[in-house]
Amino acid sequence: MPGPPVTTSTGVKVRVVTLKINEHDIGARETDSILDVAQANHIRIPSLCFLEGLSTWGACRLCVVEIEGYPRPVSACSTTVSEGMVITTHSDRLKRYRRTILELLFAERNHVCSVCVSNGHCELQDLAAECGMDHVRVPYRNQPYAVDSTHEMYRVDHNRCVLCTRCVRVCDEIEGAHTWDVMGRGIECQVITDLNQPWGDSSSCTSCGKCVQVCPTGALVKKGTAAGEMEKHDEFLPYLAQMRGNR
Amino acid sequence: MGRTIKIDPVSRIEGHAHITLHLDDDGNVDDAKFHLTQFRGFEKFCEGRPFPEMPALTARTCGICPVSHLVASSKACDHLLSVTIPPTGANLRRLMNLAQLMQSHALSFFHLSSADLLLGMDSNPKSRNIFGLLAVDPQLAKDGIRLRQIGQTIIEILGGKKIHPGWMVPGGVSAPITEEKRAEMLAMLPEGLEIAQRTFESFKGLIGKFSEEIEHFGNFPTMYLSLIKPTGGLEHYDGYFRIKDAAGAIVEDMVPLEEYERVIGEAVEPYSYMKFPYYLPAGYPEGIYRVGPLARLNNCDFCGTKLADAALDEFRALQHDRPVSSSFHFHFARLVEIIYALERMKELLDNPHILDTRVRARARGNSDEGIGVAEAPRGTLIHHYKIDDDGLITWANLIIATGHNNLAMNQGIKQAAKHFVDGNNMQEGMLNRVEAVIRCYDPCLSCASHAFGQMPLRIELQDSRGKVLDQLLRQVS
Repeated sequence: MPGPPVTTSTGVKVRVVTLKINEHDIGARETDSILDVAQANHIRIPSLCFLEGLSTWGACRLCVVEIEGYPRPVSACSTTVSEGMVITTHSDRLKRYRRTILELLFAERNHVCSVCVSNGHCELQDLAAECGMDHVRVPYRNQPYAVDSTHEMYRVDHNRCVLCTRCVRVCDEIEGAHTWDVMGRGIECQVITDLNQPWGDSSSCTSCGKCVQVCPTGALVKKGTAAGEMEKHDEFLPYLAQMRGNR
Repeated sequence: MGRTIKIDPVSRIEGHAHITLHLDDDGNVDDAKFHLTQFRGFEKFCEGRPFPEMPALTARTCGICPVSHLVASSKACDHLLSVTIPPTGANLRRLMNLAQLMQSHALSFFHLSSADLLLGMDSNPKSRNIFGLLAVDPQLAKDGIRLRQIGQTIIEILGGKKIHPGWMVPGGVSAPITEEKRAEMLAMLPEGLEIAQRTFESFKGLIGKFSEEIEHFGNFPTMYLSLIKPTGGLEHYDGYFRIKDAAGAIVEDMVPLEEYERVIGEAVEPYSYMKFPYYLPAGYPEGIYRVGPLARLNNCDFCGTKLADAALDEFRALQHDRPVSSSFHFHFARLVEIIYALERMKELLDNPHILDTRVRARARGNSDEGIGVAEAPRGTLIHHYKIDDDGLITWANLIIATGHNNLAMNQGIKQAAKHFVDGNNMQEGMLNRVEAVIRCYDPCLSCASHAFGQMPLRIELQDSRGKVLDQLLRQVS
């Protein structure tokens, strides 16, 4: 049974639940996601579309975990904990799923790390290394996408995009401009600025660069960067989100 | 039916190619052709990419000489930025380029060619390689490995990686060097110079045995093209074009690098993916010229360092009346350049300004066209890009060092085949000599075709009707 409600520092009353993650007994607030709880307890679960400070999207499925009694794996970022949950984060099946997801991401667009401006500073690349994705078993799509370099300071290379929508969320939720959105389906799906106009022509973009800093790959980058030179810094985000009351 | 002879390990060239020897009705060699059979299309798939990516992108044409592409590409991008890069940035680029020159020359001489020179052209092909060399002359083999290691380590110290370093970027280099790094590089140079001088001395003792090869290994009149300092000195990074004719007369001098299209034309032949550059005013194929170490030493007035200048005098003594014309002497020239590179690197590192922290100029694409030229180990390398208003590549042309020598390589193997190959009684040693002509030029066929993959060399013997009589195949085990 969940324990009695406790009052958080912001004055909200929540209940505390107990659960197990990888055999460890853990106590957590019932409003927390599995990913929040795992991170707070230093249990690493790979994730890509999730970013602290932004709303949860649950699209990449890299953070899938197994819960005893559940018929299928669930995403840790979008599933809240409950009393008595028994969670496994790294079974053979989950490792295989994560590797396969990454292979599909690499096969879908052009992610040739060696010549990418984000080489060495890329979350997708780090995840591939972490999850043991040493080769891709499915055929590459080799679908070419245009590079939009019309913005004064930044560039979007759709060939490197994994459609995590971090740019869409940060622009909408933190900056409040909602310049970015998503258009199209399947292989045609891509992030767009305004109503699919060149980024440089966007009347809503404030050129704040938050989208660039939260992009996990070399899709959104600063212009003028050569291979391996694009380092992202998203540390500002949780602070900014808190100061704006998560609006 | 042709006969296939397989010889392991891999042939000692860099890239895919095959040679066809055409026989007349009497079984004598009538013609010889050097075919490059792969195609990669770098110039095409670079289109649409942002220009700052070009140095890293085009460096992937080759794992042996990526630095050469980094240099030429970065210079083309400097041109697009329309900036003059800080002097220390330029000198650091020179430093890496010289380390690259040295390690590549060491690879060519020690790993690929010295087995022919030391063990003999007719020696057993199974041991005619670096391992056979280790058994016969371990000191020479170790010297070669160490010399290459020194060059590769300097590249790593500067760029973070031995192969495909970053660091060299449009506008200069991405980071200055520290005193510790400078000391680390300087500490290796004396040993390198000792090896280079020792090898040079022993090589001079060997060349007397190869008078027949010297006479028939691509020994013919051509022009020579290379970069040159404004003072006429040996240059690998910047400067101007100089072209000399076979008699040593200067045909073109102090040609600005951006005007390469005025002097260089490019022809294509149906039998090869490698283009055939020629001296434009003389027409094709009369405008045949050679590039690389032989051409650089033939063209320059001096090297500019003490030991290299002494070695240059000995090089000139090989042929008194005119530029040194035998392609066999590419080896000699390579050793002179190794000495020069080591001396010049020391000069650059001894200069206290090499530690300056201003190493990069920043700008955006201010010009819609950029041309970058540098001397790669194998010869003059040209990158030429055009960009749109947003800095995306709309057109690219790469003229690769090996390509310049294409006409000369074809003529060279024809000369050697006519002299050494008896179509009625083909011996392995005869064909090895034909291959060895190619090795003199140290072609980088991956670069030349922008091709990739394994590196077999096939030699085909065809009769007058084009029927394959025999073939020799060297392939990866």
